[in-house]
Amino acid sequence: MAACSIEDVLAKAEQDEAEKLKSITVQKELDLEFDIGNLVAYDKNRIDIRQFREQKKDDFLRSLARDNTQLLINEIWKHPTERVEEVIVVKLPEPTTALPREKPPPKPRPPTKWEEFAKLKGIQKKKKTNLVWDDVAKNELHRLRNIARAQKIKVPGVGLTPTAQQSTTDLSRAVNVAKVSTASAGKFQDRLPKEKAPRNTGKKRKFQPVIGNFSSEKQRQLDLLKVMDSKKPRLDVNKAVNKQMREDDREESAAKFRKGGKKGRKGGHFSGKGGGGKGKGGGKGKGGGGKGRAGGKGQGPPGGKKGAGKR
Amino acid sequence: MKQKEGVIKPKTKRAKRFLDNRAPKLTENVKNVMIMKGGNTSMTVTQALKDIYALKKPSAVLYKKKNITRPFEDSSSLEFFSKKTDSSLFLFGSHNKKRPNNLIFGRLFDFHVLDMIELGIEKYNSLSAIKNSKCPEGTKPMLVFAGEAFDHDDDHKRLKSLLTDFFRGPVVPSVRLAGLEHVLHFTALEGKIYMRSYRSLLKKSGCRTPRIELEEIGPSFDFVLRRTHLASDDLYKTAHRQPKALKPKKKKNISHDTFGTKFGRLHMQKQDLAKLQTRKMKGLRKRRGPAAAAEGETSLKTAKVEVE
Repeated sequence: MAACSIEDVLAKAEQDEAEKLKSITVQKELDLEFDIGNLVAYDKNRIDIRQFREQKKDDFLRSLARDNTQLLINEIWKHPTERVEEVIVVKLPEPTTALPREKPPPKPRPPTKWEEFAKLKGIQKKKKTNLVWDDVAKNELHRLRNIARAQKIKVPGVGLTPTAQQSTTDLSRAVNVAKVSTASAGKFQDRLPKEKAPRNTGKKRKFQPVIGNFSSEKQRQLDLLKVMDSKKPRLDVNKAVNKQMREDDREESAAKFRKGGKKGRKGGHFSGKGGGGKGKGGGKGKGGGGKGRAGGKGQGPPGGKKGAGKR
Repeated sequence: MKQKEGVIKPKTKRAKRFLDNRAPKLTENVKNVMIMKGGNTSMTVTQALKDIYALKKPSAVLYKKKNITRPFEDSSSLEFFSKKTDSSLFLFGSHNKKRPNNLIFGRLFDFHVLDMIELGIEKYNSLSAIKNSKCPEGTKPMLVFAGEAFDHDDDHKRLKSLLTDFFRGPVVPSVRLAGLEHVLHFTALEGKIYMRSYRSLLKKSGCRTPRIELEEIGPSFDFVLRRTHLASDDLYKTAHRQPKALKPKKKKNISHDTFGTKFGRLHMQKQDLAKLQTRKMKGLRKRRGPAAAAEGETSLKTAKVEVE
């Protein structure tokens, strides 16, 4: 009894399934071919011409279309679906029918001038890594800063604090700074045979912006014109003071020599250096005299008393 | 934009973007259609052109003026227009006594004519004649080709490819299930091609897949195949050539057996077999004395170490 009922149940289940599927199954001699990527179905079955002629054309065509569309939809529903923003979407595969392109495939771009040059020279593209924290340099920098704070002196600039890996720019900058840090500011430092003179050295000039303070610009222009107009030459105090000091030094040295010279004559030795010095001194005196005269003239108003006193 | 031998250097970023859009690409844009009229057209033809324009709306241009050209004889003006509007499909409608209600479907490759197929309209129902609600503009249609001729006859095969190209719309990776509304059905029967356009209604069936009911919206055509101008085989092949970059990358080191087992290869460095570490058996360990020599031989075949 139980066995019969189980069979009945199974049979009934099968029937139900068939019923359900009846609505979507379509009987065809040949299976259709599908290209789901393009949503296309190809039906290669023979079409019954007699039936076509008997029925109304449109009805026949419509029933044929319905069947084919049903099969196509069945095939589409077999593909995976996903939910995208409250909408159920079926993921289509790649289209299988080969259709001609619109334009020929793109040609590779011709290499640019730089790319050609790089290939010729064998230059490879070096990927610049992001800035990495350098522990050694940091320690050095902090140490020097502490020293500076303790002794109240300034910290040396970049390129001089030793880092683990110094690039060529760092090294060259360090070399240049070292060269300039002599008593004569690097004027008499020898250069290696093929070493080039360092660029971008010298006083950095600062220019006023093109459109800035109009009143100050006006004032500057007027001052300039006033200076150009004035008959008397301008005085550069720095230059004048330096010149005067040099003059004094020279006079002192000349006086010393004279004294030393008188003494030396008794002894009978004639120092070539002294003669040379005299010649130089004489020449200097003449040049100095000329300059001094001009300086004297300029000195007139402010430094007049001083100059007179010295003379 | 002055053209010097067709080379235009863009001066603005917008112009550059525009030109890059039209330049040859790896994955191409949707094909545009240009719909134009010939020297003489009938009401049927003008209405038909308008309906097809409505079907292909965003990616179609409809020219209002008549163009006195004959595509089958001289295709230069077609090519010029295609360059102007960046279209690679065209539909040319004309009407004369010899060929009444004529539609020429065509496609171009690299702005030169590839295929042209002339279809005559025998019966036509327009969109406006069939009064019901239509599908929204821009829906991707489902295409069905029925009939043996589409498989056996060369002209029909090319026509099938041309119609697929014409009506398929943009290629998308996924489609909304509820948006599969529009169906275009082509039937090839007795030298005639019947084109019908339906709206599919997805009804509840017992299971997950819905049952389809069709409702005819417009337009419906009864075409008869007239002249064709098909591309030569080598031009057709060139047009199909895909760039290498689009080919799917083959995964190396994976091979399959006849049974479907997946194999891969492991590459090891060269091993010194004398120093090979195998299982340690205490009994076979080296022992001092002559007894060890005999045991040494009976142990691992690779161990040729002299024990002395």
